[in-house]
Amino acid sequence: MTVNEHTQIPLSHGSACATCPAAHLQRVGIDTSNADYVVALAGNPNTGKSTVFNALTGLRQHTGNWPGKTVTRMEGMFRYGDKAYKLVDLPGTYSLLATSEDEEVARDFILFGQPHVTVVVVDATRLERNLNLALQVLEITDRAVVCLNLMDEARRHGLDIDHRRLARELGVPVVPTAARQGEGIMDLVATIADVAASRYARHPHRLLLKDPHLVRAVSDLASDLQKMYPGLPNARWVALRLMDNDPRMVEAVRSGELADLIAAQSGQMGGPGALELASA
Amino acid sequence: MSEQNPAVDDLLKRAQGYHEQIGDFNDALVEGLYEDAARIADHVVAQGTHARKTFDETLDRILTSRTWGFPIMIALLGLVLWVTITGANVPSGLLADLLLGVVYTWLHQLFAAISAPWWITGFLVDGVYMATAWVISVMLPPMAIFFPLFTLLEDFGYLPRVAFNLDRVFAKAGAHGKQALTMTMGFGCNAAGVIATRVIDSPRERLIAIITNNFSLCNGRWPTQILIATIFIGALVPPALSGTASMLAVLGVAVLGVTLSFGVSWGLSKTLLKGEASSFYLELPPYRPPRILQTLYTSVIDRTLIVLWRAVVMAAPAGAILWTLSNITVGDANIAAHVVNALDPIGWFIGLNGVILLAYVLAIPANEIVIPTVLMLTLMVGGTAAGQPGVMVEFDTARQTAEVLVGIGGWTLLTGINLMLFSLMHNPCSTTILTIYQETKSLKWTVVATVLPILMGIATTTAITWIARALRLV
Repeated sequence: MTVNEHTQIPLSHGSACATCPAAHLQRVGIDTSNADYVVALAGNPNTGKSTVFNALTGLRQHTGNWPGKTVTRMEGMFRYGDKAYKLVDLPGTYSLLATSEDEEVARDFILFGQPHVTVVVVDATRLERNLNLALQVLEITDRAVVCLNLMDEARRHGLDIDHRRLARELGVPVVPTAARQGEGIMDLVATIADVAASRYARHPHRLLLKDPHLVRAVSDLASDLQKMYPGLPNARWVALRLMDNDPRMVEAVRSGELADLIAAQSGQMGGPGALELASA
Repeated sequence: MSEQNPAVDDLLKRAQGYHEQIGDFNDALVEGLYEDAARIADHVVAQGTHARKTFDETLDRILTSRTWGFPIMIALLGLVLWVTITGANVPSGLLADLLLGVVYTWLHQLFAAISAPWWITGFLVDGVYMATAWVISVMLPPMAIFFPLFTLLEDFGYLPRVAFNLDRVFAKAGAHGKQALTMTMGFGCNAAGVIATRVIDSPRERLIAIITNNFSLCNGRWPTQILIATIFIGALVPPALSGTASMLAVLGVAVLGVTLSFGVSWGLSKTLLKGEASSFYLELPPYRPPRILQTLYTSVIDRTLIVLWRAVVMAAPAGAILWTLSNITVGDANIAAHVVNALDPIGWFIGLNGVILLAYVLAIPANEIVIPTVLMLTLMVGGTAAGQPGVMVEFDTARQTAEVLVGIGGWTLLTGINLMLFSLMHNPCSTTILTIYQETKSLKWTVVATVLPILMGIATTTAITWIARALRLV
């Protein structure tokens, strides 16, 4: 609970720091070498992910007002404070169940690419449908920021969205933005930096399992997974995927890919595992 | 890294056991997530008045109506083409004056002043420079007008409405409705259109979308269509109407391409790629006021200049090859003339000519260079002093191009029409072919996608030619 006091800081933090030059956002473009953190950008199609990507990196990746424009992974870079962030724009998808190639690209990157932060861009005017994907992302990773985009359109439609309550319900920071106008981008950057540096306690929304057999099976597998891969951030989700016979996940466990990833991550960052325990 | 691990095997076996014991729980999980999403959204969203929504709904009712949807689509495309054709004339002429007149003469004087050997001047100025300058003056103005207009429509949110309108037709053709989106992408660049087919889940429907993408005229081919239409179709009517006539001709070819997309999709889904169209979920995004300045910037810098650069990179070596071929004499003529003469009978049979066929071979890397290559070949092979300085100094507008093609190349209206059709139906450029192979990982489908349009093109122009000849129209 001590960590919680710490978490109240983030949201306003961007504007406060806008005056101190060291923390200024510096758009670096496509040179993605030497990044300190990797940030993934996920979201439904046509929520303005590419616009957020451009606003952060200073790139002018072509944006289009139609769903499915980004089918490949775009990468870019920005600096904030004394850290460099590599930003990966994932294809827009409605789910992460990996039924099509673009969904698989997005899911594999969030899981196996081990981004330090996953930003879920959601369309404020179609919140319910967009939350479906956000909740699926939160099942996989707790290092997430929800970017509540298209706030200008929501206002035009007369929608009133309580973003603080949304943040409480989701258990991750929520930043309202209107990326086309550049509104809220500095707050988003500051929040990304906070989550990347683990300055934010994470207890994301997780689905309540109802079937008692399923609950028992999951906790059995998850506890073993936790023992085999100390620091695995999403044992429950991995257990569920294994029980669902997800071929990609079975293969990742069998080949040792998962073990390598976990080892690589805890070696490189040190932090997350420890904080996980503190906030649990 | 890790060896076979008994603990891992045990874990996987137990997971499998649970799977059999509990059965499929995935639907229940997804349902649970959806319930939570609905509950959370209900907690945080308060709906006030919504004036804007009704505007979007009204616009959607018109743009996607069964009566008005198609006419509006065709009218908008026509408008974009008309603005492009009429708007590009003057700047094209100015650019040609500058690059092919002033700069060309100046370069010759410069090379003469430093007493460069004739073959250096020829290779660099008459070959490399000339091809590049031609590509720029033919391509830059139409692209700089066409791309921003198209992007504005895209930014406004019109493309998903196009997909919505075309969905019914694609479903009848046994193809995926999202093919409308990939087809529209193809109007910019077929390689991009092929990559965009990744949004289609079903492999069968995706293959259909890949194979038929080539029937979307790409930006390398729009200038060819526009120039040839201006010269041959626009000349048929009084000058005041020539812009409109050219626009209608190009529009006709573009609509024919879309029709071919439907037809070939239908044919494939009845033969090689049998199956039913799958349903999908298309979201109609809200209309957004386009950001004019940013659109101008992105479409001019990112699209126009990048595409132009690609054309220039391809044109420079093509110009060098052309000049070399037409300046090495074997027997009684230069190599280019030999090749053109050898291809001429085939060209005559299918209603084109040897110059066009050789140009299409040289233009496999980039369709953009077809017209400049045709012009250079016509001048270098067609009787006038090949490659001598000063030959092309007079060239400036579409009228002069017409004089070269008709006067020296012996083109007729039939040649013009056939070239427009062949430009629609021939092999994709090498970049697209490579992309098709990367996306399908199949030699067979790459070959089908490459050869099918050529066969269709040859069949079409041959049929038209022989019908025209039988009716004594030419």
